[in-house]
Amino acid sequence: MAELQFREALLEAIDEEMGRDESVFIMGEEVAEYNGAYKVTEGLLDKYGFKRVIDTPISELGFAGIGVGAAMNGLRPIVEFMTFNFAVLAADQIINHASKVRYMLGGQASCPIVFRGPNASAGQLGATHSVAYDSMYAHFPGLSVIYPSEPDDAKGLLKSAIRNDDAVIFMESEQMYGLKGEVSEEDDYLIPIGKGKIKREGSDVTVVATGKMYHIVKQAAAEMAKDGVEMEIIDPRTIKPLDIDLIVESVKKTNRCVIVDEAHPFGGLASEVGFLIQREAFDYLDAPVRRVTLPDVNAPFSKPLFDLWLPDAKQVVEAVNAVTYRT
Amino acid sequence: MAKKEQEAVFTPVGINTSNNSKVEKSVDLPEPTKKTHKQLGLSDDEVLEMFEQMYLQRRFEERAMQMYQKGKFGGFLHLYIGQEAVSTGTVFALNDDDDIITAYRDHGWGLVRGVTPKEGMAELFGKAAGCSKGKGGSMHFANVEQHFWGGYGIVGGHIPIGAGLAFANKYQDNGRISTCFFGDGAVDQGALHETLNMSQLWKLPCVFIVENNGYSMGTATRRHTVGEIHERAKGYGMKSAVFNGMDALTVYENMKNIAKEVREDKMPWFVEIRTYRYRGHSMSDPQKYRSKEELEEYQKTDPIERMKSYILDKKIAKKADIEEIENKVEDEVLEAVEFADETPFPEPEALYEDMFAGEPHFHDKK
Ligand SMILES: Cc1ncc(C[n+]2csc(CCOP(=O)(O)OP(=O)(O)O)c2C)c(N)n1
Ligand SMILES: [Mg+2]
Repeated sequence: MAELQFREALLEAIDEEMGRDESVFIMGEEVAEYNGAYKVTEGLLDKYGFKRVIDTPISELGFAGIGVGAAMNGLRPIVEFMTFNFAVLAADQIINHASKVRYMLGGQASCPIVFRGPNASAGQLGATHSVAYDSMYAHFPGLSVIYPSEPDDAKGLLKSAIRNDDAVIFMESEQMYGLKGEVSEEDDYLIPIGKGKIKREGSDVTVVATGKMYHIVKQAAAEMAKDGVEMEIIDPRTIKPLDIDLIVESVKKTNRCVIVDEAHPFGGLASEVGFLIQREAFDYLDAPVRRVTLPDVNAPFSKPLFDLWLPDAKQVVEAVNAVTYRT
Repeated sequence: MAKKEQEAVFTPVGINTSNNSKVEKSVDLPEPTKKTHKQLGLSDDEVLEMFEQMYLQRRFEERAMQMYQKGKFGGFLHLYIGQEAVSTGTVFALNDDDDIITAYRDHGWGLVRGVTPKEGMAELFGKAAGCSKGKGGSMHFANVEQHFWGGYGIVGGHIPIGAGLAFANKYQDNGRISTCFFGDGAVDQGALHETLNMSQLWKLPCVFIVENNGYSMGTATRRHTVGEIHERAKGYGMKSAVFNGMDALTVYENMKNIAKEVREDKMPWFVEIRTYRYRGHSMSDPQKYRSKEELEEYQKTDPIERMKSYILDKKIAKKADIEEIENKVEDEVLEAVEFADETPFPEPEALYEDMFAGEPHFHDKK
């Protein structure tokens, strides 16, 4: 095990995959000469040169589409978005093309491409820079959606994503890039896409969270443990394919579930997991499933409003208290 | 396949190549106008007002930067410092009810279109008394009543909206024109090209203006876009201009003529104004992509110092009069800081306000 920052784990994954496969290249805004807006690509230009580490203009639709075409024609592009809030401009290429081309050409073409970058909010950046898009992409058939919470997951899953033969959405967080964690030093460390992980064992309540929300849940778990409530934290790591079996198994043990999701409430990960639990584990539930999400409101700038808007550990504690009837 | 001698290169390479410390300017400034303010139809008082306005924008942002560094507010802070002649020259050239829309580098635009220093600073601090009630922050200054439609954070996102404002003006036949400002980086967005085509096709009374400040974040203009920006207009058969944006009188002269033409001909224009951003892209930019010498080269053409010299040369006012203006502005900005610090944050209920015009609805609100 080596202690790495989240960004370093991502960099290792990209570096290793570029090293082993010449068809892998990376492009995006400020990825090359500036060494990455968040320094994820630091040093790659020096190592791999201008051919494989490419600065793009602010043309998200264009470079995402050039990525799709290059992927269809034998390459394995990693397309970095400065944030997924800007990938909205490239939605046509991701949703109408990358996810569909294999199917509509009857399997004749592949689109092995990774779209990656930070997702969701990163402090007071206002309404257009704060949206969590993981559930939205998960809606579309043909895409895999990964949103890891710790450096180890990030490394193993990004390597798998780059090797995947279909389009993958790989999400990070500005606020997690500096986060440190133990990362496997195993040679060619791969984590299969679609496998969740029990990040904390507990018997009282299952709490599902991924990405940045996992860390809020972890905080809440430490607090609740003082009160003798043991949370079992499940990080699905990939939103799609979703490891619902792991979640259901846990719920059958704890009989209660809270889902924490940094998206708006309508039709997100939280509602999907909630639906599947009631179908698969109805008889095991001792309380209705609860969720902690953003409100159905755009992100405000003002600090106190922003703090009110963003899910926090206190809300997780309240939800856990509610499903354990401690209130 | 034999190994090729030369590897393919896609993007033009830039920052790390040595040029023997020669200042390689990221943007060439055309000559400023030779006309005097009188020849341009501006009174002495108007010139002093222009100076005051530019000085206000400068001092407001310098104080804002200090407050940011003191931790008084968070989020992004993109400073307009160096570009003040563009906003000032433009607003003096337009009618008060002509529309203006811009990107996130918007403080100067707000101040020159009626956002008071207090409302502006309070917005930065996220306070309820801010021009956008603290909901928007630095990137979303606005004063819709005075036809400043705000700053927008998605690069290129507001370009079609600018054309939409013009569409409504044409539809309502109200004689107003719209002006849409954006950066050199935004020129690379597809939205620009769709919008230029439709604007020419539909004869929209709109001026699209690129504030070419040499950089799009850390990328010099020549590394992110091809050819001369203003020549993009040719492909659409659109009228165009390129001029110096470090001189408020030059901006005034050109924008005055263009506005008149757009109002009469009811056809759009595409304009490149060359200017320079003194500060980093935002507060977290270490600016490794340019040399100190380059920055200093442009600071020699500072729009505020230039206007000051002009005022003295032309004997429009004395040094003491200028100092009086400067002191007045300084006080105003300090008052604004004090106000922003003391005025309250929005109430918690404000989180749910301004989402809908009518009866609001929120999914699964508990
Ligand atoms: C669609 C989109 N992509 C990327 C960004 C991130 N970003 C913000 S400003 C900027 C540079 C824009 O440069 P320019 O248009 O020249 O304006 P300037 O900052 O120089 O005023 C970038 C890449 C964004 N806000 N929106
Ligand atoms: Mg620029």
